[in-house]
Amino acid sequence: MIIARVLGNVVSTEKHPQYRGYKILVVQPIDPQGKPKGRSFLALDGVQAGIGDRVLVVDEGGSARTVLKDEGALTVRTVACGIVDRIDVESKE
Amino acid sequence: MKLGKVIGTVVSTHKLESLEGLKLLLVQPLDEKGSDAGAAIVAFDVARAGEGDLVFFEAGKEAAQANPNGWFNPADAVIIGVVDAVNVAGSSGKAGRR
Repeated sequence: MIIARVLGNVVSTEKHPQYRGYKILVVQPIDPQGKPKGRSFLALDGVQAGIGDRVLVVDEGGSARTVLKDEGALTVRTVACGIVDRIDVESKE
Repeated sequence: MKLGKVIGTVVSTHKLESLEGLKLLLVQPLDEKGSDAGAAIVAFDVARAGEGDLVFFEAGKEAAQANPNGWFNPADAVIIGVVDAVNVAGSSGKAGRR
């Protein structure tokens, strides 16, 4: 799992039937301090996340199907599976 | 899943049986602002996308599952949907043909 911030969402009408009914989030991976790390990507929303939320994202098919409780969603790979309340890390100094 | 733009088509006559009948498109990965994010890839299409469309695609082994010829095939990227709009603070929000 990785930590990412929700930047927004994507609207799509013409899409694969397995993706119908799910919100598609634009997420930006961040470090524990909240700094952006790497490039943004898309994830299906499994936890009713909103813009600005920090979310946990799984990027693996089997885990994604478990989160969505949909064994038939064979092509799905990336899903937000939790909203982060707080991160505690030991200070580097 | 990633955003991308269809920048061309790929024609291949001599290919594996499991890839027959697929539409192969050249996709340039993009970030949320529409800037290029890495090298272009070849993906097959199940969303009736065309050149110039903003799309989202799935890469990795899961892509092969979307192949109408069955799961036993070597495809590693598939265009899942055509994007109507990207709603991100600071982006234009415009999608489709550019």
